[in-house]
Amino acid sequence: MGALCRDCFWTGAAGATGAACATGATAAGPCPVCAGRRVVRHAEVLTLALAHVDCDAFYASVEKRDRPELLTRPVIVGGGTRGVVAACCYIARTRGVRSAMPMWKALAACPDAEVIRPDIGKYVREGRRIRELMESLTPMVQPLSIDEAVLDLRGTEALHGAPPAAVLARFARRVEQEVGVTVSVGLAANRLMAKLAAERDKPRGFSVIGAAEAAGWLAPQPVGLLPGIGPAMEKRLVGAGFATLGQLAALDAREAARRFGDEGPALAARARGEDARSVDPARGTKSVSAETTFDADMTDLEALERPLWRMCEKLARRLREKGLCAGGVVLKLKTAAFASRTRTVRLPGATLLPEVIFAAAQGLLRREADGTAFRLIGVGAQPLLPADRADQADLADPGAPRRVAKWRAVEALRARFGDDAIGAGRGFPPKR
Amino acid sequence: MKFTVDRAVLLKALAHVQSVVERRNTIPILANVLIEATQQGVLRLIATDMEIAVQEEVPGVTVARAGRTTAPAATLYEITRNLPDGARVELDHPGGDAPLALRAGRFATSLTVLPVEDFPSMTEGRLPTSFALKAGVLRDLIDRTKFAISTEETRYYLNGIYMHATTVDGAPVLRAVATDGHRLARVEEPLPEGASGMPGVIIPRKTVNELRKLAEETQEDIALSLSDTKIKFAIGTVTLVSKLIDGTFPEYDRVIPRGNDKVLSVDKKAFSDAVKRVAAISSERSRPVKLSVDRNLLVLSAASPEQGQAQEELDGDVVEYTATPLEIGFQARYLSDITDQIGEKVVFYFADGSAPTIVKDAAKDEALYVLMPMRV
Repeated sequence: MGALCRDCFWTGAAGATGAACATGATAAGPCPVCAGRRVVRHAEVLTLALAHVDCDAFYASVEKRDRPELLTRPVIVGGGTRGVVAACCYIARTRGVRSAMPMWKALAACPDAEVIRPDIGKYVREGRRIRELMESLTPMVQPLSIDEAVLDLRGTEALHGAPPAAVLARFARRVEQEVGVTVSVGLAANRLMAKLAAERDKPRGFSVIGAAEAAGWLAPQPVGLLPGIGPAMEKRLVGAGFATLGQLAALDAREAARRFGDEGPALAARARGEDARSVDPARGTKSVSAETTFDADMTDLEALERPLWRMCEKLARRLREKGLCAGGVVLKLKTAAFASRTRTVRLPGATLLPEVIFAAAQGLLRREADGTAFRLIGVGAQPLLPADRADQADLADPGAPRRVAKWRAVEALRARFGDDAIGAGRGFPPKR
Repeated sequence: MKFTVDRAVLLKALAHVQSVVERRNTIPILANVLIEATQQGVLRLIATDMEIAVQEEVPGVTVARAGRTTAPAATLYEITRNLPDGARVELDHPGGDAPLALRAGRFATSLTVLPVEDFPSMTEGRLPTSFALKAGVLRDLIDRTKFAISTEETRYYLNGIYMHATTVDGAPVLRAVATDGHRLARVEEPLPEGASGMPGVIIPRKTVNELRKLAEETQEDIALSLSDTKIKFAIGTVTLVSKLIDGTFPEYDRVIPRGNDKVLSVDKKAFSDAVKRVAAISSERSRPVKLSVDRNLLVLSAASPEQGQAQEELDGDVVEYTATPLEIGFQARYLSDITDQIGEKVVFYFADGSAPTIVKDAAKDEALYVLMPMRV
C-alpha cells in the first residue's frame, strides 16, 4: 500500500513506516511526518501517472478570490434573468443550484445568491496561469476547457525526483497559493478513469482509481455516470435493461454491436473502464463559438438575425485571437421549450470574415425560423483550421477580394476609434 | 403489348436510356423503363430520374400487339446484355398487372411490371431557342470544361456547365464555363445560327455526363432547344430532356486575370509526364507540385513528409521562359486535368507565385483555363 501526504508531500509505503507500523495504524491515521490528516492511501498511488485536473467552481472561485466578502455567501456567475448559470460556488450548490441551470430557476432555489456577470477575459487569464503551471510539470498537457486538462506524467519521476502523485499534490498547492483557487485531481491508469476520479472527490479533492479496481468500481454505478451518456442515452439504456455499468460491461463486442450499433463495443469497453485515448497537447481547442440568450423569446427571422450577426462578429474575433478560422459553421438554437437545435454547414472555403459566417448561418436559420419561439442563438466554427487558410482567393466568388478589403477597413477603423466606431446596419435594432 | 426485336438493337436502345436510372431509388417506378410498342412498328423506351428523361425510338420492330408497360431497367439491361449475339428477343405483356415475359431462344423470364400511369412524364414546355451543333463541337465544349464542374452542394449553381451567348471582339460566340473555385475552364465556339437570343443556362453535371455518352456515337448534328428552365437534345433517335440548374452563375469574367505577363511555354507530353512522376511521391492528392521557373528552365518538385521528395528538370529543349524567375505550386490533378485537354504545347501566363494563373493550348485560342495556386 502506497501513501502520499497532500500537505507535506511525504510519500512512503504505508504500513512499512516505523511509527505507523508500530502503532498499527497502517491503513488510516495522520501523516507520520507532519501529522496532517490529508493522506492518500492506495495500492497504486505511487505508480499511476495519468491525471485529470479540474478547477472547482472556477468562475465563482475566481470571483470569491477577488471579493473576499463573498466567501461565506452563495455566488452564482451568470447573466441576466434569462441567462443560465455559468458557474456556482459550493454554497449555492447546497441549495440546489447547478451549472447550466436557467437563471430564474437558480434564483428561485437560492434567492439570496450574489449574481455576478461573467468576466470571461479574467477567467481566461487565470486559466492560462494554471495551464502554465501544468506545463511546467510536463509538456504532455491537453486542455479540455478553460479550467480543465489531462496530464500525462509518465517518465517525469526522474525529472521531478518524486512520483507523479506527489508532483500533482505540490501543483495543487501552488495553484491555491499563486492563483487563489482550488483544484481537484483524479489519478488513474487512463483518461476516462482519471476524469471519473476527479469528479468523485470535489472540491479540493485528490482521488485515485487504480487499474486493478476500475471495473469493479464502475460496475455498481448508474450508466449515466459515464461521460458521453447523456439523459437521452441513459433513458434508452435503462429501458433496454442496462441500469448499471456492470451490466453494460458484461456485453461482448458482438452483442454490444448488435444492441447499440457501431458505437456499442466502444461503449461496453468504456463501461469496463477501458480507454485508449492518449494525451495530445496539440488537440487543444475543439470548437470556438459564441451564443446569447434573449431577454424575451424571439420568433421573427429578421429579429433573430440581429443577435446572430453580433454572435458572428464575436465568433470571428475569438477565432482570430486563437489563430484559427472556420472551415464550417454550426448554428445553435434553443427553443422556448428548451429543446436544442444544432445545424451545421461546411463552407466552400475557410473564413475569418463575420459576413461569410453570417451568410452560412443565415441560410441555416432560415430553415429553422418556422414560427418557433427561440430563447437562445449561437454560432460556432467547425472544423477549426489554422488562420492562414482563411479567405483564400476563390474563382467562383468574384466578390471575395472586396469583402476581405472591406473587413480590413472596418478592423482598422475599430483599432483606431474603438469597437463602436463602425458596425453593420444589421446589428442595430430597427428605427421605430 | 407483344413485339420481337434483335438483341443488338434492344441492347443499344436500353444502354442509351438505362444509365439515367439511379441505382438507389426511393420511388420504385423510377427504377423502371417505360416500354411502348406502336402499331407503326416503333419501339419507344423512356427512362427518367425526374431531372432528366431520355427517350429512344427504334423503328422497324415487328409489333404483334401494340401496348405499353414499365419494367425494371437495370434487370432488363443485364438480361439483354447476357443474351447471345444475334438472338431474337420477344417481349410479351398481356396487360394489367401480369408480368412481362421475355423470351429469346430457349431462355425465358418474367419480370414484374409497374403501371404505366405511375410513370412520371417530363413535359418540356415551350423551348423558344433552337440551334444545332456538330457532335464534335459539343464533345469539345464538354470535354474541356467538365473536369472543372464543382461537386460541392452548398454552391449548387456551380454543379454544371454554364452555357451562354456573348461576343468576343465583336464576334458572337457560344461559351461554356465551369468552375469549382480552384480552377475555371472557359471554351468558345462560333455562335450557331438561332442561338443569339438564348438565355444563359447551367446544365447539370449528370446531364452533361449522359449527353457526353450519347454524343460519342454520332458524327451528325445535335439539335438543341431550350428555355430558361429546360433543355432538349436530339441525338439521332435519342432525345434527352433535362431540367436546368435554377441559379445564377458567378460573374466569372471578373476572376480571369488580365495582364499576366510572365509566359512559360512547355512541351505538353514532357510536362504532363513529369507532373505524374513527381506527384507520385505523395499519396495525398491535395499536395502541391512546385514549379520553379527560370530562364528556359523548369524544375518540378514535390515533397511528402512520409515518403520523401522528388524533382525533375525540364530544360531549353522543351521549355521557353524569359521573364523573372518564379516559384508557384499547383495541385497535380488540376494540372493533369488541364493538360489532358491540350495538344502539343502548354502555355502558362503567370502574374506571381500567389495569383491566379492562365493556362492555354498554344495552338488553340478558344479554350482558356484559370488555376489558383497553392502555397508551397
